[in-house]
Amino acid sequence: MDFSLTQEQQQLSDTVRRWVDKDYTFEQRKAIVQSDQGISAAAWSAMAELGLTALPIPEAQGGFNGGAIDMLVVMQELGRGLVIEPYLATVLGAEFLKRAGGHDDVLQQVAAGERKLACALGEKQSRHDQFDLKASARAQGDGFVLNGVKTVVLHGAQTDALIVSARSSGAQRDTDGISLFVVPADAPGVTRTDYRTIDCQRAADITLHDVWVPACALLGKPETGWDLLDAVADYGAALLCAEAIGALDAINAATLEYVKTRQQFGVPIGKFQALQHRMAEMFMQLELARSMAMLAAAKLDCADAQERRRTVSAAKARVGQALKFIGQQAIQLHGGMGVTNELPAAHYFKRLTMIELTLGDTDHHLARFIAQPGFKAVTAAD
Amino acid sequence: MDLNYTAQDVAFRQQVRAYLEENLPQDLQLKVRNHKRLSKDDYVRWHKMLARQGWVAPAWPVEYGGTGWNPVQRHIWEEECGRAGTPPILPFGVNMVAPVIMAFGNEAQKRHYLPRILNCDDWWCQGYSEPGAGSDLASLKTRAERMGDHYIVNGQKTWTTLGQYADMMFCLVRTDAGARKQEGISFLLIDMNTPGITVRPIIMLDEEHEVNEVFLDNVKVPLENLIGQENKGWTYAKYLLGHERTGIAAVGRSKHELLFLKQIALQQQKNGKPLLDDPVFASKVATLEIELMALEVTVLRVVSQEGSERGPGPEASLLKVKGTEIQQMLTELMLEAVGPYGMPFDPAYLEGQHAHSVAQDDDAAPLASYYFNFRKTSIYGGSNEIQKSIITQMILGL
Repeated sequence: MDFSLTQEQQQLSDTVRRWVDKDYTFEQRKAIVQSDQGISAAAWSAMAELGLTALPIPEAQGGFNGGAIDMLVVMQELGRGLVIEPYLATVLGAEFLKRAGGHDDVLQQVAAGERKLACALGEKQSRHDQFDLKASARAQGDGFVLNGVKTVVLHGAQTDALIVSARSSGAQRDTDGISLFVVPADAPGVTRTDYRTIDCQRAADITLHDVWVPACALLGKPETGWDLLDAVADYGAALLCAEAIGALDAINAATLEYVKTRQQFGVPIGKFQALQHRMAEMFMQLELARSMAMLAAAKLDCADAQERRRTVSAAKARVGQALKFIGQQAIQLHGGMGVTNELPAAHYFKRLTMIELTLGDTDHHLARFIAQPGFKAVTAAD
Repeated sequence: MDLNYTAQDVAFRQQVRAYLEENLPQDLQLKVRNHKRLSKDDYVRWHKMLARQGWVAPAWPVEYGGTGWNPVQRHIWEEECGRAGTPPILPFGVNMVAPVIMAFGNEAQKRHYLPRILNCDDWWCQGYSEPGAGSDLASLKTRAERMGDHYIVNGQKTWTTLGQYADMMFCLVRTDAGARKQEGISFLLIDMNTPGITVRPIIMLDEEHEVNEVFLDNVKVPLENLIGQENKGWTYAKYLLGHERTGIAAVGRSKHELLFLKQIALQQQKNGKPLLDDPVFASKVATLEIELMALEVTVLRVVSQEGSERGPGPEASLLKVKGTEIQQMLTELMLEAVGPYGMPFDPAYLEGQHAHSVAQDDDAAPLASYYFNFRKTSIYGGSNEIQKSIITQMILGL
């Protein structure tokens, strides 16, 4: 039992934090938000230079073969820094490719920081069920024709290639019959509607109209994409938990600083017990959520898929409860300033709230946790 | 970061589990698992069995009879005791007064009391709270005046858990009425058989006689029963409270209770299906289970950083607050699960006077009592509000 980071992980954490503090300040971020692209080429180069794009990529494709705990460390720091670059989208896209095998050239380019990816999975009706797909994939000649509409694709318009889920067979809500493809973003028939999200990130709705891709665009085997999709979604949920922990650390620190300095009735408002006990609860919520984010990362590569699902859903649900409580209370304790768009606290709150809506909210993961066979076991597990 | 137990930890777990499977008397196990009341003899019997095994005081230094287990092993032991359904080792001797005697007592006191505590030769109780001194413990009024070779103690203690069985009480008394309130306090060991002591029951809301008032009327206490220095008792009292909070998360016990909750929720029917299939009830159970998972990892984070010699720091307050919230929610959901079948009240069954409860539902019979009994957990050992104030001051620096 060891909860400490290795020396390399600690260095990685420090390095990312130093970069954020120096080159990704709140003001610098604001300029990126206001730019047309909504992301920063300079920041992406810097992240590549720090090794972040290569971190999760296998060594054979020029990466560092980083594990879940390495990624936990990075995502915490990016959460603390409110970084809005398409890192999560790219890492998840790469995870699809890595697990499916093949596409080494794309992985090499990702590692080198030369290519960004996005995952076009959700649809209008699918909500948090990644298997609920209307988009279709029809075999044609030496390839496939894709049709459908993908919604709220994170950084869908800022990236070079898309991982697309589509149905080859089966009914709309079947887990069988799903195929996964890597599709160039500029393929004929791909239309992207780019927009901002309220947490200053970018997303897009993407229409696929008779988009032809060659057979080699298929990830793994046709019609059996669900296990891969489910596993990568869990990876993403665990990374979002880690990002949330970084943001929660920052918003708790900002709130603590605020109640120590803001004076009312002649004293810092942190002297009032009603506020103190709220802060104590925020501290406890964060520590429990942190424990679950660690546990989820530790179980990501678990051979037992049920155990992975159970742990990741438990983590996303627990972090979801914590981020709602802490986020809302942080705004409340900042008083009038908390409801302006001026302070970092407001931006952490917005990012945290969007994390709750991404890759399954608390209720979704609670229901998924209940649906795992382990939930009804009444004898002690070892 | 590696969240798996080491091979040594796993082997250790097997070793203690095998011991418990072989040695825990079945009648005690059934009483604990069925949420029945434990008698004095039940506590003493289990204590003495563990004393013979040498495992009754794992946190003690080896020289006094501790096991030498590291904090993770101690956690595993607590977890296995919860899993097996052992009676608790009462904290008043082993976990409360003993560390104070080790740290601040003289050689004669250590030689006399520590082996007796280890072997349960004396039943200890706690003389801290008074009618006017609960969370504000330092405002206590019981006074001790020096008269030759002894003190004369007058006052009243309250909430004295299982004091009706006690041979000895460790007691905070005021020895300097003129000093600032924390500074005139001393720490005395009092023989409960001394003339002038009256123990009167307080019946709690589950109608159990678990706590008492203790009246002290001109009680003679020899000077040699003073721990450390006169008027330094507050320092020792705070030291003791730091030890009291360790293990209070009760993860092992709560894990077992969660399984019991699921068992009864599978037996109870709602809309023609097991209650556990009801999505509203299932979501409450799942939320609680996840909270317990989070607490368990948090406990492991704390104990894996802890040195072998000292208990956890102010983060123990977090474990106390969340541990007791979980324990209380477990009892709440158990009672909710059995619904109207939790209403029949049969104290004679709870005391073990007949084999089955009057309404013939032995699982349900204790659960209302259990629910009401567990409301104490967020109040004792420093109320959860006091724990939040400790976090506020010691961790947040407010």
